[in-house]
Amino acid sequence: MSDWTDIGALSAIPERGARLVKTAMGCVAVFRTVDDEIFAIDDACPHKGGPLSEGIVHGRSVTCPLHNMVLRLDTGLAQGADEGSVATYPVRVEAGRILLDTERLRRGRVA
Amino acid sequence: MTRNLIVIGAGMASGRVLEHLFETQPGAWNVTLFNAEPRGNYNRLMLSPVLSGDKTYAEIVTHDAAWYEERGVTCRFGEKVARIDRGAKIVVAPDGTELPYDKVVIATGSNPFMIPLPGHDLDGVIPYRDLEDTERMMGLGSAPGARAVVIGGGLLGLEAAAGMAARGIDVTVVHIMGHLMERQLDEAAGYLLKKALEDKGITVLTGTNSKQILGEGGKVRALELDDGTELPCDLLCMAVGIRPNVALAKDAGLAVAKGIHVDDQMLTSDADILALGECVEHQGAIFGLVAPLYDQAKVAAETLGGTQAAFVPKEVATKLKVTGCDLFSAGDFAEGDGRDDIVFRDPSRGIYKRLVLEGERLIGAVMYGDTGDGAWFHGLIKDRTDVTEMRDTLIFGPAFQGGAQSDPLAAVAALPADAEICGCNGICKSAIQTAIKGGAATLSDVRAQTKASASCGTCTGLVEQVMALTLGDGFEVQTVKPMCPCTPLTHMDVRRLIKAKALKSMAAVMQECGWTTLCGCASCRPALNYYLLCDWPGEYQDDDQSRFVNERMHSNIQKDGTYSVVPRMWGGITTADELRAIADAADKYKVQTVKVTGGQRIDLLGVKKQDLPDIWADLNAAGMVSGQAYAKGLRTVKTCVGTDHCRFGTQDSTGLGIRMEKALWGSWTPAKVKMAVSGCPRNCAESTCKDVGVICVDSGYILHIGGAAGLHIKGTEVMCTVKTEDEVLEYTAAVVQLYREEAAYLERMYKWMDNVGLDHIIERVVTDADSRKALADRFYYAQRFMQQDPWAERTKPEYRELYAPLADLTLEAAE
Ligand code: SRM
Ligand SMILES: Cc1cc2nc3c(=O)[nH]c(=O)nc-3n(C[C@H](O)[C@H](O)[C@H](O)COP(=O)(O)OP(=O)(O)OC[C@H]3O[C@@H](n4cnc5c(N)ncnc54)[C@H](O)[C@@H]3O)c2cc1C
Ligand code: SF4
Ligand code: FES
Repeated sequence: MSDWTDIGALSAIPERGARLVKTAMGCVAVFRTVDDEIFAIDDACPHKGGPLSEGIVHGRSVTCPLHNMVLRLDTGLAQGADEGSVATYPVRVEAGRILLDTERLRRGRVA
Repeated sequence: MTRNLIVIGAGMASGRVLEHLFETQPGAWNVTLFNAEPRGNYNRLMLSPVLSGDKTYAEIVTHDAAWYEERGVTCRFGEKVARIDRGAKIVVAPDGTELPYDKVVIATGSNPFMIPLPGHDLDGVIPYRDLEDTERMMGLGSAPGARAVVIGGGLLGLEAAAGMAARGIDVTVVHIMGHLMERQLDEAAGYLLKKALEDKGITVLTGTNSKQILGEGGKVRALELDDGTELPCDLLCMAVGIRPNVALAKDAGLAVAKGIHVDDQMLTSDADILALGECVEHQGAIFGLVAPLYDQAKVAAETLGGTQAAFVPKEVATKLKVTGCDLFSAGDFAEGDGRDDIVFRDPSRGIYKRLVLEGERLIGAVMYGDTGDGAWFHGLIKDRTDVTEMRDTLIFGPAFQGGAQSDPLAAVAALPADAEICGCNGICKSAIQTAIKGGAATLSDVRAQTKASASCGTCTGLVEQVMALTLGDGFEVQTVKPMCPCTPLTHMDVRRLIKAKALKSMAAVMQECGWTTLCGCASCRPALNYYLLCDWPGEYQDDDQSRFVNERMHSNIQKDGTYSVVPRMWGGITTADELRAIADAADKYKVQTVKVTGGQRIDLLGVKKQDLPDIWADLNAAGMVSGQAYAKGLRTVKTCVGTDHCRFGTQDSTGLGIRMEKALWGSWTPAKVKMAVSGCPRNCAESTCKDVGVICVDSGYILHIGGAAGLHIKGTEVMCTVKTEDEVLEYTAAVVQLYREEAAYLERMYKWMDNVGLDHIIERVVTDADSRKALADRFYYAQRFMQQDPWAERTKPEYRELYAPLADLTLEAAE
């Protein structure tokens, strides 16, 4: 079951930027790319927990602001020589509003 | 037996239905055709050539009176159908007559959307939809000095703008998004399009919002923008989108969402009523281009004839019918998981091509400048062709397919002698070979003698291949360190090109320098942002999203994600009031640590992101501004107590330090800049390990440059000695400006000095007084735009929300 929750307007996120959503399971970073695509991933870098929402967004990737690990926004996987990943969450845009599937964020993560 | 068919709307979609009907079911239908416009079916697409004067209305009529007459169609043009009574199976004409029907086809098209800005109902505010609108715009062309504004930089708006411009009207396009035709084009292609339109004399304002339309005596007079600018105009055309025209269907009780709901057979929720064209919604999609409507028309005709057919939506391609703006876009060109981009740019010819591949298939294409292969790419997308085999040469189009893969040198060898290698300077292969045979042995020799690859540099690889071919083993390809994986150019190449070609936006740099990625990476974007900011003060808009977190947040991020806040303490001098305000802030925002920094000021560490605007506002209120402890810019000017108190002091080192900090704060530089002023050669402020250090002596001031004490400990070099404080300021501004203009991003002053040599700096800043003055002038000019406290700016409401979470779901989740 999905649980689509309206978390705000697409325009509230700067292009090539991110905003945070606070949840019971920690912060989720919601990104907007140059092509106006939206992605939601955990806001903690697999390296040392850096806030990914503060990184530079390029293409469909973000560079962690603390030590430059590059993560894919769509898969959550680290790029290049680095290893690691973050959780991703289904998210979509409808009529200019961002809908986040909060299913896993309310009940805890399924393995 | 003939049956009654009533067609509502004589547009492009229903026109096609009629053609199919009369061809496949002659004599089967008794057709009555209503149209709100006082005319029959014409080619609406061609209104643009009519507007620009390339065609006349007579040339774009699809069905004339004779056509309808021959087929026995009862035409009721200029009559807008009032109502459909489904119970009685009648259509009610505007004059009240009732016509019984067996079947109805609704093809009412769409209504242009008018933004309800104040003044939108003034005379002279028009959409762009039909012949009347077109004639309105054409009429303006005969008035000398006529001005028009077009709101909307999409397909329609640009055609309106180009058409009017062709008639000598002074046109301004106002577009809310960052680049033109954002739905069909990416930023790079949008940039090229903008340039081409500007070459036609059209003013293009992107990222611009309208506030209201101003009128005079009920007639439009000007458009007022958000920032208060007024654009005077005699006509204002709004082309911001269309809405399916569903009023009639809704009123008749048919299922309607965004458009009139139809199934694969083009049947509405009533089996006797069909609908097609821009007024319908099929599987959630609505339509704005004519190609799918023709498919729908075919299906609708078959459904009427009782045969089974189904409408299948296909990829559609977009072209703009403005001469000189050759663009093409098809499919899906968003970046994606498992998707790859192939980008090709030819800056000298203004060509940009981008293909998007998913697995072995081509799924999208955007092209500008050379769209000859558009149809071929569109075919590959529609047919879902496996392109694995031709992947490497795909972007060069069908002409390059089929042959054996050859190595690049062989390809260069095969080029004819007059093949152009360097597009910027028009240098052909034989010219380069002649230079080489005449003794040019290195790339720089060839550049010097032929100018090949000396302008934009993107043909460097080709030139090197010609050299390798001509010189054989005698040639070794030079290795220069490119700026980042997005470009083969070095930092210095890019800086040179930004100046030489007057590139003033990130998109312009990426296009003109042949970037191979879509929007750069985390290493080139901050560098480009700096170069543009430095070279075009007051013109280039700083791009927050291309800055590292510290500079974007105007605070240093800590390992736990909190921030540190360091207010400026001019020359290391503070007051009891400032200290009290700092102490209050530390209490109020539960600051974890208060520390005196190595830069003679106080650091409040561990502030939460959402508290930043508040703590800044408090510090601002006490007269303090950001210390920019995070910036590639001026950090601190350390001072000693000097003549004020010290028994050895020779000059007012504290006062001078404060003057310097006040003159230089806010400037962005390639890397951080630190300064110090010591009152005597004992050097208590550590001037000899700063980027710029001043040592006061009895006779004046010794200016030191190029020191650092971080990763590398580097003593300064003496630049010169000057006599007055004013001179210290002028020389300092000049040397900092020279560094700003010449260094690579992230290159500290001492590294730049190693590269260009101290002599060069002395020549430009000390020996040549004119050069010094010009540098200082440029520095202070830029400072007019830089010296704004970023904290004060970011405590404004429009910024504040960016520091707060978008949503907080913790409360809900706890329920
Ligand atoms: C706060 C401070 C340490 C302190 O507690 O005293 C400090 C803190 C940091 N320094 Fe520093 N430096 C501080 C004075 C210095 C000094 C001494 C000075 O300025 O007189 C130096 C050596 C002098 C020099 O720069 O030549 C210094 C050499 C560095 C370097 C090495 C720079 C280099 O080119 O070699 C870095 C790394 C860098 O910039 O890439 C650095 C980087 C940093 C950063 C910004 C690291 C970062 O990017 O997060 C630290 C931020 C901590 C934080 O969260 O606030 N810090 N740092 C000092 C702030 C001064 C100020 O008021 O603005
Ligand atoms: C200037 C311009 C340029 C364009 N360029 C292109 C292009 O290059 N490529 C492309 O693919 N598409 C282009 N289009 C879009 C294309 O013209 C439309 O997609 C197409 O015309 C839609 O056909 P339609 O039959 O659905 O609607 P229309 O052609 O709009 O016909 C609908 C008709 O129904 C009439 N009507 C509405 N309500 C009633 C009523 N109650 N009673 C009677 N009649 C009614 C209207 O007056 C209208 O004449 C362009 C459009 C414009 C305006
Ligand atoms: S620099 Fe010289 S004069 Fe100034 S405080 Fe130090 S010792 Fe005293
Ligand atoms: S915490 Fe992200 S790279 Fe170190």
